[in-house]
Amino acid sequence: MTENMTNGYKSGSRLERILRAGHFAVTGELGPPQSADGEVIRKKARLLQGIVDAANITDNQTAIVRMSSIGAGTIAVQEGLEPVVQMTCRDRNRLAIQSDLMGAYALGMRNVLCLTGDHQSFGNHPTAKNVHDLDSLQLTQMVVKMRDEKCFQCGDEMKGAEPRFFVGAAANPFGDPFEWRPYRLQKKVKAGADFIQTQLIFNIERFAKYMEKIRELGLHEQTYILAGIGPLKSPGMARYMRDQVPGLDVPDIWVDRMMGATTGIDKEDKKARQDAWRREGIQIAIELIKELKQIEGVAGVHIMAIEWEEAVKPIVEGAELFPRPEPTSLPTSDTETAA
Amino acid sequence: MIVAEQKPLEEIKGLINEANKVLVVGCGTCVTVCFAGGDKEAGILATSLRMNTKLEGAPKDVTHLTVQRQCEWEYIDPLRDQIGEVDAVVSLGCGIGVQALAERYPEAIIVPGLNTSFLGLPIEQGVWEERCAACGECILGLTGGICPIARCAKQLLNGPCGGSQNGLCEINPETPCAWQLIYEKLAAQNRLHLLMEIQPARNWSTGRDGGPRKITREDLRLVKKEAE
Repeated sequence: MTENMTNGYKSGSRLERILRAGHFAVTGELGPPQSADGEVIRKKARLLQGIVDAANITDNQTAIVRMSSIGAGTIAVQEGLEPVVQMTCRDRNRLAIQSDLMGAYALGMRNVLCLTGDHQSFGNHPTAKNVHDLDSLQLTQMVVKMRDEKCFQCGDEMKGAEPRFFVGAAANPFGDPFEWRPYRLQKKVKAGADFIQTQLIFNIERFAKYMEKIRELGLHEQTYILAGIGPLKSPGMARYMRDQVPGLDVPDIWVDRMMGATTGIDKEDKKARQDAWRREGIQIAIELIKELKQIEGVAGVHIMAIEWEEAVKPIVEGAELFPRPEPTSLPTSDTETAA
Repeated sequence: MIVAEQKPLEEIKGLINEANKVLVVGCGTCVTVCFAGGDKEAGILATSLRMNTKLEGAPKDVTHLTVQRQCEWEYIDPLRDQIGEVDAVVSLGCGIGVQALAERYPEAIIVPGLNTSFLGLPIEQGVWEERCAACGECILGLTGGICPIARCAKQLLNGPCGGSQNGLCEINPETPCAWQLIYEKLAAQNRLHLLMEIQPARNWSTGRDGGPRKITREDLRLVKKEAE
């Protein structure tokens, strides 16, 4: 019965339909504000709507308190932008997560990304107690079980409509131990992840090696892998990401290109320098996407332009991924039932 | 062992500021071994409190003694007279010792002189590291003898997370990533298949989340035997 409700799709989300149709998917990221200002979400949503197939709404990203991903996601839905609700294990136990996800579904959300969550020591409440009742794999299992077995984590049957999400998980191809990372992805696929969004990729060669292993394990045929892309804003940001951010691999070539972007520009002309860096950052992102498109098993890209949503459109256009395809629509009666 | 650290002198002084006669009680077990609350530390603390309060013009009468174990009635029962003579007791036992004294001597003011830190071991002279979270359901058999509950910042059962870099935990460059250690150990033993299984959502009720814990062994109880 539930299969009928989404016309054979697991969730019927736009993202799922795009991927199932074999299109190269584009997702973006929308960071909610550190305030209760819904207008911020509307503005950002307008910058992304029609440019990406869906946008991740971060969940207290880097452990800094922000408007909730479900609250912001509701506004995104109103603006016609499909959200991917991010859900971390840091702030909620299994009761809270299940209850929030049922609420999110009732409010029209159809994609969820299951994350462990950044440790609270990185954020603005470092003295907080963390939860970690579940880890990201167990969270994935739980959301899939709610959908496919129509039951709660405890095993109790859900009476009434079940939340039918397109379930995503994250992967960091550059975390250590490198040789274990494909197997960790395999575990996420085994847990039922329909799609995977990766950490930012700057080292194409190393990512290609990872994907080689992924193909050897056949994982690219069991899940949709969206490669993470982020435009660099400045040489400082590039250096910081190269030297300071655990789990990121930024080769020197990109840092050098960012540094060289302002050659010939007066040091005092800050505006011109910033523009030049940003142009270069967008250009590098476009080049990276073009290379990623050539790697077998990459089903799309996930563009993380943190607090720089304006960059997404030129990147998508430059990578020749615009206009976005219109996926097969769901039969009206079914979408009504599902909603 | 239980590893603890002494509280700052100012904080201890604050806890006993209304007392004139003070007894510092050391403990001869775990906190002696970790140099936090043994006889030597109890003596030094008593002297420091005497000198410090004297210099400030309000000298306190501070004495000290040490019992073998503050966590067992038989060792603290003999303290009745000494405790009865003072206005406050600074326990240099772990949190169990402090509570045992407070429970045995309900009239007395018992304050902690230590912060009980964790269950761990000295990895070298002067450096202690946490090893056990006393979670009540040991999984060390699946993780190469390395505990992710106590040693992973996120208590992951299916680690490592994306923040593991060069063998270190992202939240502290001095802390090894527990999952990197688990991976290396199981790889060296050709037992990586153990990691391919998804560890299901954990039953936390055996830990602190199930409320204060208690173990009753009928085979060892004296009261029951007497009743029969």
